[in-house]
Amino acid sequence: MPVQVNGEVLSLRRVGAYHAMTVVAPGVAEIAKPGQFVTVAVGGPDTSMMMRRPFSIYQIRERGVYGGTVEFIFSIEGRGTAWLAARQAHEPIDIVGPLGKAFSLPREPATCVLVGGGYGTAPLFPLADALRARGCRIDFVMGASKEERLFGALDAKRISATLSVTTEDGSVGHRGRVSDVLPDVLSSSKADVVYACGPMGMLRAVSRIADAAGIACQIAVEELMACGVGVCMTCVLPVVGDDGVTRMVRSCVDGPVFHGDRVRFDDIGTIPADALGAPQPIVVKPQPRSSLKPTGQQASAEVTR
Amino acid sequence: MSSTLTVRSAVPAVKAASSVDMTTSLGRFELPNPVLTASGCAGAGQELAQFFDVAALGAIVTKSIMMNARSGRATPRMAETPSGMLNSIGLQGPGLEVFLERDLPWLVERGARAVVSIAGGSVDEFTKLAMRLREVRGISMIEANISCPNVEDRGQVFACDPRSAAEVVQAVRRAVRSEVPVFAKLSPDVTDIVAIARSCVAAGADGLSMTNTLLGIVIDTDTMRPVLAGVTGGLSGPAIRPVALRCVWQVHAAMPEVPILGMGGIRTGLDALQFILAGASAVSIGTEIFHDPMSPVRILAELEDALAARGFAGVADAVGLAHGERPPAGEFPIDAAHHHGQLLTPDDNPV
Ligand SMILES: Cc1cc2nc3c(=O)[nH]c(=O)nc-3n(C[C@H](O)[C@H](O)[C@H](O)COP(=O)(O)OP(=O)(O)OC[C@H]3O[C@@H](n4cnc5c(N)ncnc54)[C@H](O)[C@@H]3O)c2cc1C
Ligand SMILES: Cc1cc2nc3c(=O)[nH]c(=O)nc-3n(C[C@H](O)[C@H](O)[C@H](O)COP(=O)(O)O)c2cc1C
Ligand code: FES
Repeated sequence: MPVQVNGEVLSLRRVGAYHAMTVVAPGVAEIAKPGQFVTVAVGGPDTSMMMRRPFSIYQIRERGVYGGTVEFIFSIEGRGTAWLAARQAHEPIDIVGPLGKAFSLPREPATCVLVGGGYGTAPLFPLADALRARGCRIDFVMGASKEERLFGALDAKRISATLSVTTEDGSVGHRGRVSDVLPDVLSSSKADVVYACGPMGMLRAVSRIADAAGIACQIAVEELMACGVGVCMTCVLPVVGDDGVTRMVRSCVDGPVFHGDRVRFDDIGTIPADALGAPQPIVVKPQPRSSLKPTGQQASAEVTR
Repeated sequence: MSSTLTVRSAVPAVKAASSVDMTTSLGRFELPNPVLTASGCAGAGQELAQFFDVAALGAIVTKSIMMNARSGRATPRMAETPSGMLNSIGLQGPGLEVFLERDLPWLVERGARAVVSIAGGSVDEFTKLAMRLREVRGISMIEANISCPNVEDRGQVFACDPRSAAEVVQAVRRAVRSEVPVFAKLSPDVTDIVAIARSCVAAGADGLSMTNTLLGIVIDTDTMRPVLAGVTGGLSGPAIRPVALRCVWQVHAAMPEVPILGMGGIRTGLDALQFILAGASAVSIGTEIFHDPMSPVRILAELEDALAARGFAGVADAVGLAHGERPPAGEFPIDAAHHHGQLLTPDDNPV
């Protein structure tokens, strides 16, 4: 069960293009599992930023000198993360967690391929620890736009049987994307399961490749969130249930970890017509559409009933 | 160092019993205290129960429910704005039967009071919803959401037109058992809120919930297109507080006998007190729950303290008080005012 904690910044350091923040957050660390996330209030007590910022949990220490700590890795993307990056040790920080569904682990020792894009490798490290504790073999694939946006390559090398690195600018490793090298890694490692975290486009490519190879694949998605706890319905995406029915499910409580083959990647950003409760188009009057109209918009001729 | 760290989960520490009588009423609905959740910001209570005892609030107002399951609008559905947010959720929900089977009984079992918010695409759907709820026990009040901005046809926003608003209210009031109050939830996006309010009351509304969100747009300057897939969304949060407060003020001034459930950007006990002083008998907490999931119980405690500091025997004594004559300089409860800061404007401040 998640808790809300008046935590304290224990440390903040730079790691390549990223920042790593460790927060003393008793109650969160003790129960956090790989793949779960925390949300952090940003901007101080009278902030104009009403939305908490979600971050995947990187490292967890259940018993530090000051109590349990949680560490997350973040990149400065806007005002909220810029505020976070300007914190000092000992400042208070309001943190809620652990949130969401964790990765599920194989019952038997298995060969696991971990695929991360950018800071998306962060939650794969606690996952790797848990897998190794079960006697699993790890093969790591990580990619980023350029070298300083890779996170944790040295650690990954230490804990995995093989490490494959890709950068889009070729500054290190294979020039290209993780999807270029993944098929080879899957076959040479004789992978049993794939775990992935990163941008949606990468997750989609990874899911496709795993699917084609007949390998189970779990992915952790990143969707816009308002509450992070399941009450607002902001963070939904189309996912096929056990009953074959597509629903708009909440990635904050039903995810962020999903089975890759259940997520309808091509329909993200839409309501598929066969989703439970989808609007029924009732007016089919063709309308001239301006070429400037953004793609992915619902046709205005559809009226929701 | 660790002495400053507190886990805020579970039931907050019981505070010293205060002398303030926090009970209030919304029509025939008697509440132990005036702090409720806002529809769409608390689900049906289950998730928030991880953070506090939902029975400790005046009531839980559930997400507006429609007759059938509904997928809502396409994503992105949210954009953060200065001191607020736009949402275009589009009333995603499981439909009335699932709600009655799964969600309502959970609230009742917890001992929480349930205010059920209903939304229909037509007067007929509102009628069907209300007829079905007639047989159901454990509903303390019904809030008719006639003001959801997230429908693609703005013509469906009943609360923008006095006649359509009245039609819905009358249909719902007729269908629901007489002991269950029916409140109409109004939109601030109208020229004359008092005219809509009068129309709803004349049609049988036992009270008014004010207000829903204001319609807004945010444009992404990189893609140069609206951020929300639904283009427009409802603005909520502290950014709308003065507007919502003004609506409560005007309606209370026009019809002081009509109970009001006030909401819009409440973050603190003093914000809640402003709504009560303007004429609300109780308040709902919405967007602040996203920022601070424990805010409803915090705001309740802050409100109680604020009332005590101002010498109120009960919250009922504060309802609409701001409409009275200004007390002569020097007769403000200065200690409280200084202590809590915000309430007095410099003009009011007795120097
Ligand atoms: C489950 C989950 C895990 C995440 N883990 C990490 C992580 O480990 N490291 C990391 O650097 N980032 C992570 N993110 C993304 C991170 O939350 C955003 O980069 C951050 O919220 C941006 O805030 P900002 O104020 O700097 O940006 P702004 O653009 O100013 O933010 C405006 C609003 O948009 C939201 N937003 C902006 N970008 C994103 C995004 N990519 N995903 C979700 N919401 C966004 C913000 O939360 C805020 O509500 C994660 C997101 C999710 C949903
Ligand atoms: C994400 C979100 C969903 C909402 N859904 C509903 C809803 O289903 N029914 C309704 O009557 N109001 C809904 N509202 C409006 C709120 O109940 C409330 O009237 C409004 O947000 C103003 O209060 P606030 O500023 O405290 O959030 C929603 C608001 C938000 C932010
Ligand atoms: S972010 Fe509110 S339901 Fe997921």
